[in-house]
Amino acid sequence: MPPLELLLQQAFNGLMLGVMYALIAVGFTLFFGVLDVIHFSHGDIFMLGAFAGLSVLAGLHAAGIGGGAVALALAFLASILITGLVGVAAERVCVKPLARSSPLMTLLATLSLGLVIRESVLIFYPRGADPKRFPQLLPQGGFELGGVAVRYENLAILAIGFCAMVAVDLIINRTRMGAAIRAVAQDPEAAQMMGVNLDRTVDATFFIGSGLAAVAGLLSGLYYGEVHFIMGITGGVIGFSAAAIGGLGNVYGAIVGGLLFGMLQTTSAALIPRGSEFRDVVAFAVVMLFLIFRPSGILGEKSVERV
Amino acid sequence: MSHPESSSHLSRREILRGGAAVGVALALGPAAPALAQKKTVKLAFIGPLTGGTASNGLGGRNSFLLAVQERNADPKSKYQYETEVLDDECKPTVAVQAALKASSDPQVVAGVTHYCSVTAIATVDTYHKAGMPAMVWGAVLPEITYSHDYIEITRVNGTMINQNNVAADFAVKTLGFKTFALIHDTTDYGRAHAKWFTEFVQKAGGKILSTQGTAKDQKDYAAELTRAKGDKPEVIWYGGLTPDGVRVKVQMDKLGVRAQFQGTSGIKSDTYNETAGPSAEGTLAFVEGAPTEKLPGGKKFLDAYAKAAFKEPSEAYGPFAYVAANLVIDAIEAVGPDRAKVAQRLKRTKNANTIIGPVEFDDHGQNTVSLISKYVSQDGKWVLWEDSEYASGKRTLPGLKYKKL
Repeated sequence: MPPLELLLQQAFNGLMLGVMYALIAVGFTLFFGVLDVIHFSHGDIFMLGAFAGLSVLAGLHAAGIGGGAVALALAFLASILITGLVGVAAERVCVKPLARSSPLMTLLATLSLGLVIRESVLIFYPRGADPKRFPQLLPQGGFELGGVAVRYENLAILAIGFCAMVAVDLIINRTRMGAAIRAVAQDPEAAQMMGVNLDRTVDATFFIGSGLAAVAGLLSGLYYGEVHFIMGITGGVIGFSAAAIGGLGNVYGAIVGGLLFGMLQTTSAALIPRGSEFRDVVAFAVVMLFLIFRPSGILGEKSVERV
Repeated sequence: MSHPESSSHLSRREILRGGAAVGVALALGPAAPALAQKKTVKLAFIGPLTGGTASNGLGGRNSFLLAVQERNADPKSKYQYETEVLDDECKPTVAVQAALKASSDPQVVAGVTHYCSVTAIATVDTYHKAGMPAMVWGAVLPEITYSHDYIEITRVNGTMINQNNVAADFAVKTLGFKTFALIHDTTDYGRAHAKWFTEFVQKAGGKILSTQGTAKDQKDYAAELTRAKGDKPEVIWYGGLTPDGVRVKVQMDKLGVRAQFQGTSGIKSDTYNETAGPSAEGTLAFVEGAPTEKLPGGKKFLDAYAKAAFKEPSEAYGPFAYVAANLVIDAIEAVGPDRAKVAQRLKRTKNANTIIGPVEFDDHGQNTVSLISKYVSQDGKWVLWEDSEYASGKRTLPGLKYKKL
């Protein structure tokens, strides 16, 4: 058994991972909650968010506004806007026209869209095949707490992640649009009869979910110091799995699922002999167990029979 | 039913088309018949053009295309060379499909194939069954040439055995590091590197404290590095390719792992330095052969590559792809576009004069490159160890600094 400080360090590593997974998972769960669709290009939307942020930062740097909180805030805003709009477009192109088709068609269409986004970044981004260095704009340095190395940027990433989650919670529970989203999630027809504009609500849902993926993409760039066009493949699968563990359709479930998945990956790598080779095996085996024994997930209310 | 007039009268478009053809023929003048006489021969290039290792694949592809362009521009060449460029994505299943596509096309006489060991080893049987000569230009797994006696398979670059021997001796005997924590990707490439490095480190008197396998294209290494950190190694060694190598090094610094970072030939790329940024400083890597600019024909190659204005750099293995293409073309020029004869000819290559120096294949079609170059990342560039400020004593490797603390 490793010493306590190493265990705590691994738990902290898991928390960092979990926050990013949770932000992606919330998008999956929102889309499923409102439209009963699994939006499989969401992982690549997450990647697009990171690249949109990187491009904005490069543009700001060229304009002499590089570095500091202003550039970072502008990058977050622009990336959320761009990625949110791409998310809305994705819904209009791949989800809405197939509303009356088999769910398999939507799944295939969104998977294909993900591939298009990924390959477009590869082809059109300058030297898109290479991993790209992401500017380190958060405070560097750190301190040790009980043997755990804590960096200031980690604390900033946790803070931004939790702020994003709180913001989503407030939007969903305290605003008219949030009420509309909840109403559509419960019963779209009844919601429409009560005057809810279905199209606008669905657009808003996809904007919020995709915007959150952009936040996750930027945080991933800031945390790892690099972004790569293939980062959305595993990011998407893990985000979806986290949403499934937590309970598809439940925002809090997605957060719990994301954190749990991050913890599972790090603890299995840390505690099991040759665990680093099996970290994904262990984490995805747990997902399978959840799907078999508790298909509604930890906090889920809806059945996942359509998955 | 066609109108009788339409066949007897030429339309304006047809007249223009005919006029243009006559114009082109007149403009080409006496060169046109010479071009028309040359028989067309097709060559395949297979490498990772997309995915995590695409930068190396694109550098290899460009170098291959450069060799073909030069030969096509040479009036002395007997054939006109066409190319079939295929992407193996560094994935065995995709590579086998690409190898099947190339080898089942009878027009393809030979191939310059594979950067990734996992793809090169997966396709040797495919080339053998089709009888298509395939010269590996970047993969370093020994089994690619030594696990069979197929005449079709040759390799212009060296294997990882020599590389790890030099790397281990250098780290233990020259630099004085004694304890190592190994992280490697779980492909054949990473596993074999870890196996050979372990063997040579132990032989040199060093100690392996831990070995952890990780998935290729893994994003987060915090768990593995935290585990390794607990053993307090003097060196963190990574057996894998550039994108993952960047992540290990950057995350190592962020977690405060105070150890030297050492990689294999898989991380020796411009992309490593560009992406890792300041974190790259002091990283060690080892590659077969001399640096491109110090190769016998390195300057000529680099000048021609720059003139061709490719978008991507040639990377560490570009010269090998260039040489492989030239050797294949030389064989076709000598014996004609016949797969069996070309394979025989290539396997018997002895003392061929190339930009990487003399190439000579052993009984297994393996180039007997004995020279391994040691590199250190200095100011964002890979510098030959002997030419570096680390070797001259002006700078100290991070691992040696930590050792003194």
